[in-house]
Amino acid sequence: MVADAPGSAFPHRHLLAIEGLHPPALLAVLDLADTYVEQNRDADKKRALLRGRTLMNLFFEASTRTRTSFELAGKRLGADVINMAVSTSSVAKGETLIDTAMTLNAMQVDVLVIRHAESGAVKLIADKVNCAVINAGDGTHEHPTQALLDALTIRRRTGRISGLRVANCGDIAHSRVARSNIHLLNALGARVRVVAPRTLLPAAIERLGCEAFDDMRAGIEGCDIVMMLRLQTERMHGALVPSIREFFRFFGLDYAKLAAARAEAIIMHPGPMNRGVEIDSEVADDIHRSVIREQVEMGVAVRMACLDLLTRNLLANARPS
Amino acid sequence: MSASARTAYLNARLLDPASGLDAPGALLVEEGAIAEVGPGLFPAGASSPGLPEGAEVVDCAGHCLAPGLIDMRVQLREPGEEQKETLASASLAAAAGGVTTMVALPNTSPPIDDPALVDFVLRRAREAGIVRILPYAAVTKGLAGRELAEMGLLAEAGAVAFSDGERAVADALVMRRALAYARNFGLLVAQHPEEPSLAAGGAMNEGETATRLGLAGIPAAAEAMMVERDLRLVALTGGRYHAAHLSTAEAIAAVRGAKERGLPVTCETAPPYFALNELAVGDYRTFAKLSPPLRAEEDRLAVVEGLKDGTIDAIASDHAPQDTESKRLPFALAANGGSGLETLLAVTLELYHNGALSLLEAIARLTLAPAEILGLAAGRLGKGRPADLVLFDPERAWKVNADKLVSKSKNSPFDGRPVEGRVLRTVVGGRTVFEVES
Repeated sequence: MVADAPGSAFPHRHLLAIEGLHPPALLAVLDLADTYVEQNRDADKKRALLRGRTLMNLFFEASTRTRTSFELAGKRLGADVINMAVSTSSVAKGETLIDTAMTLNAMQVDVLVIRHAESGAVKLIADKVNCAVINAGDGTHEHPTQALLDALTIRRRTGRISGLRVANCGDIAHSRVARSNIHLLNALGARVRVVAPRTLLPAAIERLGCEAFDDMRAGIEGCDIVMMLRLQTERMHGALVPSIREFFRFFGLDYAKLAAARAEAIIMHPGPMNRGVEIDSEVADDIHRSVIREQVEMGVAVRMACLDLLTRNLLANARPS
Repeated sequence: MSASARTAYLNARLLDPASGLDAPGALLVEEGAIAEVGPGLFPAGASSPGLPEGAEVVDCAGHCLAPGLIDMRVQLREPGEEQKETLASASLAAAAGGVTTMVALPNTSPPIDDPALVDFVLRRAREAGIVRILPYAAVTKGLAGRELAEMGLLAEAGAVAFSDGERAVADALVMRRALAYARNFGLLVAQHPEEPSLAAGGAMNEGETATRLGLAGIPAAAEAMMVERDLRLVALTGGRYHAAHLSTAEAIAAVRGAKERGLPVTCETAPPYFALNELAVGDYRTFAKLSPPLRAEEDRLAVVEGLKDGTIDAIASDHAPQDTESKRLPFALAANGGSGLETLLAVTLELYHNGALSLLEAIARLTLAPAEILGLAAGRLGKGRPADLVLFDPERAWKVNADKLVSKSKNSPFDGRPVEGRVLRTVVGGRTVFEVES
């Protein structure tokens, strides 16, 4: 990726994907996020850093946690935050994606946070606007802030990422989280595995830099981190697994399968969880193993760091016209 | 210029794949047909004895004079989607590309599945009056893949072959009947070879690039398995079968085997499949979204090999015009296809420039081969043949600029590509329909 803001710690205009980002840029986000974790634990959580800036959440796909996380992040940095509910917008009346982008661009928004059901849709908008764009998930492509918050969670728990063995388990085929995590964990020196039934492993996934397993125990054996993914039934064309109970039997994370991982292995899930589908309820709630709630906390801090870094580049460049 | 006038093309490099002629010479057109042609004709140029008085003289300046291109697979969008292309706009694009005959797929709205609609296409083509347009007619009613269309009546009305356009005739029993029934009329069935259940939901070739981009893939096997199935039905019925736009190594290997066994099988490919691979999709570039999808590099090399050894008979543009609204969308939602008529010759000539084919072989794939497959009189520089000609400079370099295409469809997978080979003049039935601005 070409630097759009040379000299900056995060020399990019947008955050569209993890693929192509270099380790120093990734570490700049994580290091800054660490400071925001502390700020968020204070009684006074608010700063004026982004006062006068407008952040718009443009979610073409339903989301509560990611949208709320971005909203909090923006507000804690002092930005004005607007949530555009797509179902009530002109998009529902047939306006094209590019028309929507041009309209929002004319409103002098500084940061657009976009989620869309189609891979590449966020880039399509980013190519047409003057503001900074953060991809909050595009189809089955990438979800970069999720990978960053996962990395922050791991680093704060284990003190490192390099050399860790990390298993991503479940619906790899439809997971933008898995793709972003594979790229990020590779860039920071972890050894990545993906574990799924063959119908949920996309073609040539190994070429992205991971080992593929179709046996859960073998896949998580010796792993430091077990990342579970949601079974995304809404993105499946036809039945890729015969039934929920069969999926849980062979790929659901329970204590029996978890025994194959390292004794101190931690369990992660990007949410929302399907309890009893990809993860056993007891495992999910195990306060000694599961860091699922911590991930949510890290999410706000990571998004504050991203907003901070990207708006610095807006200042470094010309103001949006 | 009237078609009845005489025109002498002097000082040309004559290229005629039918006779194997590649030599300096001249050609005389009379009454819209080739009256004289050969290396020894009019040796003294415009002052040659025997040059008819009053004949218009075109000095070809040593450039190549070949039969006009016969593009055996184009989509013309009329009737029904005239905002994307019309027979008239496509005709102008064809003329600019050296194409003198287009064979139009029936996937219009309504589809060409009724003799009255064949009449419509032929009448509109006459009204446009620029290049020759011949229709494919539907294999099945409504292109729905269930009941056979009235093949006999469609053939009588002027259909030159049958095809369900961009849809495969997927049902084996229907395909068996189509191949068997089409034998009555001596016409071939051109298949879009793709197993639809395996390709469903796919946006590009299955593999690493699709996985990186998070796009659902179409496996190469979807093409090979449909070709292999069809070849068994050809063996069963003896029907003439043509596999359109082959893009995969395995499908080409299947056709190669069938030809060795003597089955009545032909096939074609299109420039994107020997000049590009799936990496052209890059960062969700919808101009590179085609059907079939751009494939892996090994497949591209197999297409070149198939052209070299003659397994692939012909090259067609697979012109599939789309308007901006159909292309400026997230990749999976964007329409398949691009403009192809104006880049057909130049991109095909890459095969000559890079040594894969001789110039005569490259031209044969665009002229003689489709003429033979479809039983057309054009495609040869022979006495009495229609004076459908293209004059081109195989070395002249230019850069494809989608915005400047003559076609209504301003998108091309070759946008920005530097190419060599410029059409200088296009002649249909003796009449010049295109001349390059010098």
